[in-house]
Amino acid sequence: MSSITGVSAADTPGPDDDLHEGGPEGRTPSSDGASTGRLGDKIFAGLASGAGILVVALVTLVGAFLVIQAIPALTNNDSNFLLSQDWNVDTNPLQFGIARLLWVTVATSLVAMAIAVPFSVCIALFLTQYAPSWLAKPGAALIDLLAAVPSIVYGLWGVFTIGPHFQPVQNVLTSVLGWLPFFEKTQTSAGSTIFFVSVILAIMILPIITALSREVFAQTPQAHKDAATALGATKWEVIRTAVLPFGKPGIISASMLGLGRALGETVAVMMIVSALAPNAPWSWSLFTGGETFASKIANNAGEFDNPTKTGAYIAAGLVLFILTFIVNSLARIVIERRKAFSE
Amino acid sequence: MSKRIDVQNLNVFYGDFLAVKDASMVIEPRSVTAFIGPSGCGKSTFLRTLNRMHEVIPGGRVEGKVLLDNEDLYGPGVDPVAVRRTVGMVFQRPNPFPTMSIGDNVVAGLRLNGVKDKKVLKEKMEQSLRGANLWDEVKDRLDKPGAGLSGGQQQRLCIARAIAVSPDVLLMDEPCSALDPISTLAIEDLMNELKSEYTIVIVTHNMQQAARVADRTAFFNLEATGKPGMLVEMNDTQKMFSNPDQRATEDYISGRFG
Repeated sequence: MSSITGVSAADTPGPDDDLHEGGPEGRTPSSDGASTGRLGDKIFAGLASGAGILVVALVTLVGAFLVIQAIPALTNNDSNFLLSQDWNVDTNPLQFGIARLLWVTVATSLVAMAIAVPFSVCIALFLTQYAPSWLAKPGAALIDLLAAVPSIVYGLWGVFTIGPHFQPVQNVLTSVLGWLPFFEKTQTSAGSTIFFVSVILAIMILPIITALSREVFAQTPQAHKDAATALGATKWEVIRTAVLPFGKPGIISASMLGLGRALGETVAVMMIVSALAPNAPWSWSLFTGGETFASKIANNAGEFDNPTKTGAYIAAGLVLFILTFIVNSLARIVIERRKAFSE
Repeated sequence: MSKRIDVQNLNVFYGDFLAVKDASMVIEPRSVTAFIGPSGCGKSTFLRTLNRMHEVIPGGRVEGKVLLDNEDLYGPGVDPVAVRRTVGMVFQRPNPFPTMSIGDNVVAGLRLNGVKDKKVLKEKMEQSLRGANLWDEVKDRLDKPGAGLSGGQQQRLCIARAIAVSPDVLLMDEPCSALDPISTLAIEDLMNELKSEYTIVIVTHNMQQAARVADRTAFFNLEATGKPGMLVEMNDTQKMFSNPDQRATEDYISGRFG
């Protein structure tokens, strides 16, 4: 649980706080001096360590596989892999670069997060802090249920329900904010732009971020809320001084899970965004088409007929793999930096 | 500032449950008043009605009056948030904000009141920490988390936080029950110092503590489990512990029940 929500029971202060003044280093799993010699202990320790090692080994192997498979294509590439937006994998030598894929992937995910995270946090705060208990309990159950539904269901709903009515929204944004490169007007119809797919992705990741944030907010110790209330804090001030700071690592972790889903989402992106013409000029606009890493790979999965060509797609997958790593590391750094203040 | 509290015929409810029945008392300014009594007798509940903290629990409400220098805390249009800014509270378990530094904890209430001037905050921080006898122990680590302090230090930090907003009254709900004897002594000394400036009301399970710190003591009791708690007797502490007016008080104090 602690790795998902960023908090655990051990993070909340207990009555015996002065026993471990030394801080977190006094609480490593094996420092409790408990016996580990019995058979049951050995079996469980073995299973747990085995599972842990297996995960690390799997991630390493997947990384190694991607690198090995990508090398032939990368060495036979006539374009700059990172900066080019070409994608000609039927020629020899190949000409391919990920600039466009990277931009569309990052842009859709970031816009989706910018929409989904504030919404989710507000819903979670409503359910834990404002809603009366007759509403909060079924609400929590409902959100957990929604989080378990495959996100493509929400994607479909968004495409068919919001899609037809999205053109006016896009028209307003392009006419008001059109002077920004991101909101530049293009010929792409509203139902197939990067911006629209971001909205759909936001809908898709909303339940999971809400469910996890709600879980964390619900764990805010009453003592912290009482402390703020007794100082004369209003409801919002209690949330600001006690609930949000306590839940911050959890919100970050929840957002990362949501971001992971958004980065990797394939089918919804394939359904919505129209691919650009091969030689289209570079555009920063969110109101044009494009492909993400995931949709590019999926769109072309039928054509993986020779290893070098496949390698080009695997190289793209490798970048997605690394991107996910970087994002998660950044999130961990943010959480760790304030760790002393969350004990 | 220190104000007199005058409670008149107060009934406290949680939903339909009557938790405290018809309590009246006067709490003098610049003194320590202790509430004693067996568990479940409503002394903590009663304490919480003095700054409307009982309203945090759904269904918590009162009938009757609580006058703070003649102003009814439950008068029409009185904002509970404003009440809590003048009647501070310290809890059973030390509860510094874990995400804030020691210094930020102290001035958290001032910040909530909209004080932004760094110089004022710094002055108040030192003044409150000195007031809570904690300054010398933490002055070199004001930017470190409050959770790194010992339980007793944390509780004094909470007292510093409560007095930083210059309340009229300081309520303490069993402030030493989670502390060791040395820390308890430090808090008791502190209460003796603070009573020159504040009206202090303390709930305690420890009768010796009441005898040591309180000028006046109130004894709460309940007839049976599930029945409402009530104020049995309130008297000068010395009289309460030597020659109480009520038989029930004497039974409790001499250890015949409770």
